[in-house]
Formats: sequence, structure tokens, C-alpha cells
Amino acid sequence: MPDGLRIRIDGVDHDVEPDISVAAALWNAGIRSFRRTSDGRARAPLCGMGTCFECRVTIDGHPDRRSCQTPCREGMRVETGNAA
Amino acid sequence: MIKAVDVAIVGAGIVGAACAARLAEAGRSVLVLDRRGPASGATAAGMGHIVVMDGHPVQLELTALSRRLWDAQASRMPPAIEHQRCGTLWVAAEDSEMEDALRKQRTFAEHGVDATTLTSRALARAEPHLRPGLAGALQVTGDSVIYQPNATRWLLDRAVRAGATLRIPATVEHVEDGVVELADGRALRAEHVVVAAGTGTAPMLGTRRLDDAIVPRKGHLAITARTRTTCRHQLVELGYTRSAHGHATESVAFNLQPRRTGQVLVGSSRQYGVDDDGVDPGIVGRMLRRALEFMPALRHVPVLRTWAGFRPATRDGLPLVGALRGDPRTVLAAGHEGLGITTSLGTAALVEAIVRGLRPPMPLGPLSPERLFTGGSHA
Repeated sequence: MPDGLRIRIDGVDHDVEPDISVAAALWNAGIRSFRRTSDGRARAPLCGMGTCFECRVTIDGHPDRRSCQTPCREGMRVETGNAA
Repeated sequence: MIKAVDVAIVGAGIVGAACAARLAEAGRSVLVLDRRGPASGATAAGMGHIVVMDGHPVQLELTALSRRLWDAQASRMPPAIEHQRCGTLWVAAEDSEMEDALRKQRTFAEHGVDATTLTSRALARAEPHLRPGLAGALQVTGDSVIYQPNATRWLLDRAVRAGATLRIPATVEHVEDGVVELADGRALRAEHVVVAAGTGTAPMLGTRRLDDAIVPRKGHLAITARTRTTCRHQLVELGYTRSAHGHATESVAFNLQPRRTGQVLVGSSRQYGVDDDGVDPGIVGRMLRRALEFMPALRHVPVLRTWAGFRPATRDGLPLVGALRGDPRTVLAAGHEGLGITTSLGTAALVEAIVRGLRPPMPLGPLSPERLFTGGSHA
């Protein structure tokens, strides 16, 4: 079994299981608001298969990445809430 | 037969909603029927532009009238309509297109519509994300952008506050001589029936020769994530008129709209003879590549959604607005193609004049439904 990974979520390091998506890692870390709409309402994953675009976060400085379609990688920096 | 109203309006798109608001506020009892819901057809599928267009002298007159009517209401519109008086830039890619811009400017000036030309340098300052080296632009400062589904709801709310009734869903099968027959077998009577049902209009008129006077013209749009790589004006390529009104069965043209949310709406495409309402990746690809030719920086902006819809197009590019000659209780307000958001208010003013027997704000002859009827003579 491969070792776990360490990623940084909103400035805090988290150890996550290998082979999971960023969306799963965020959810497991207790995060329920992944981003905000233009009028400030919270958004979180809905479809889990890349269609709804509700789970977008900033990954390694790149905005609007679909967390449900992105596997966790060692050292990844993830920011929620339309950080970029 | 269910209770009589002064005016039954078939269709709760923006044209029907505008007619409902206008007639209810003029004191008429109004009933609005729609088979699905407000803004469920061409209205929501398109872009929310309020623009003056000079494709045809009558089109110019109707769009200019309509834009004045929108301007007169702008201060009353709730924030949800996202009204932005951002103006339109008709972008010239080549020097030769600046001659088209100057011609357009002269035509607009004859109709009291302000437009100024921008040099290549002024265009680059006005829209820094456009690619360098474009020839210039014609700026129509008085054009606006709205979020048209909410504008439709606002018009319907106004109608309801003025006493109108909505019946949704209600499928209309036939309209004739002040009688509206519904699919559930019931019927209702009205002094006038306004049919504002877009491409669904012809079947309601039965055998009265409307046939294919209004045909679906498919279009695609894409919307981006919120981005700083946006535009400040509505942007349209000057070649648009050629591609939009040409007779090619399939075309794309560069058309961007800034949304108040910080997103960018990307258009446009036109296809005849396609019934399938699904997104065609090939057309979307061509449309987006066309946008990137003008604004390469958009390459880094994610597209969130793409969708397709149908414009109710007519052969001569003008809507059908008027009472039927053999059935003056039936008033058509349909076939606005891609300009229905703009021309809804002008159409409503014309429909009010027809229903109330007032002098219309512009001549009705060129919009008469019979001009597109098949078979020449009319019932």
C-alpha cells in the first residue's frame, strides 16, 4: 500500500489518503464551502463527475480547477473560496 | 367556455411578458398562458442585449424605438436585471471594415443614434484584452446589456401587480376569432389574443398559411468563469452582419458580452435546418476559436457551460407584428429572431396600439404577418 500524501489546504497541512480526489480530501478535512457565488452564497460539489463546476478551487495558483476531477499530489496547495 | 378577458397572451417569453405588462398597466384584463414557464424558450437561450441594429431600415426603426423604451424604464429596473449601459463596439479587423463602420455611423446618425469611431489605438485602450493590430471600431454608446430571464420575470410581475393572471403550464392548441383552445379540451374567450409563441406560433393558427414563415435558427453560447480577462463593452465583429444575415446554412461570428458577475458570455453561431437542440461540439469549437482570434487572452479562462437554443427567424429578418387580416382579434407578435430582447418593448407598444385602436409609434405595414404567408391571397 502506498504511503499517504501531504497537501496544504488554505494554508494548513493535511495528511490525506493516496489516490483520492482533491474534492474528497477537502470534504474529509471538514470543508463544506468550496467556493462562493458572485453574490456570496456557498457552493460545494454536486455531481462529482466534472459536469456541474460547483467544486472549483484554486490549485497551485491556478483558479477554477474542478476538485472532483483532480487527484491529490504530494505538496499540492489548495485554496477554497475563489482565492485567486 | 372559461371567463372572458380583454387580452389573452400566448407565450411568456420576453415579448409576451412585455405585452402583458404594457396592456395590464393600460387597464386591460390580461391572461398569460405558456406551456412551460416564463422565458423558457428563445428568451433565456440567448444574449441579453439591447442594441440598435441597421440590417434593414424597419429593423433600425424598431430597435431604436425599443431602446428608447428600455432607457425610459432603466431607473425602475431592480438590480437582478443586471442592467449595464456598456455600449457596443463593432470591431473592425481589417482597414476595409472601417468603411463599413463609417457607413453604419452615417445610417445611425440619420436616425438620431449616436455612434463614434475608434482608431486602432483607441480600441486597444478601450479593450486592452483584444489582440493588437485591429483596425478600429464603431462605438454605439447607448446600447445596454441585461439579464433577460430576470427582465422577463420583472415584466410579468408588473403585469400581475396591474391585475394580470398567469396560467402556466397551459398548452394552446388553436387560436381563432377570440377563442383560445387548450390541449386539455377547455377553451377561453378574449377580446384579443396575442400570439407571442416564437417558432410555436404557426401550429396554433391552423391552416392559415403561416407555414414556415417562422423557422428555428439554432444558436450556441458559452459562458466563462468569473475572470479579469473580460471586456468593458459588448463586442461584435463588423463582419457579423455578413455572417449573421448571409445565406450560409452554418456560420459563427465573434460576439462577447460582459456580465455583471464578472463572467463573459461568448457567442455566436447560426445554423438552419437543425432540429436537435443538443450542443454541437464542432460548432462550439469554431465559435470559441473565433473568439480567441479577437481576444487571445481568453485562452486561459475556463468555459463553465455551453448550451444551444433556437431563434424564431423569418425570411426577411423582421418580426410578424399585427392583427390577421381575416381575423382581427388574433394579433401576432412573433418571429423576432435574435433581437427579441431588444424589440420586446417596441413590439409591446405596437401591440398596445393595435389592441386599443391607437396610432402606432411606427408604421405597421412592413411588419404585417400576411407579407410572409404562403399562397398570396389571404383569408
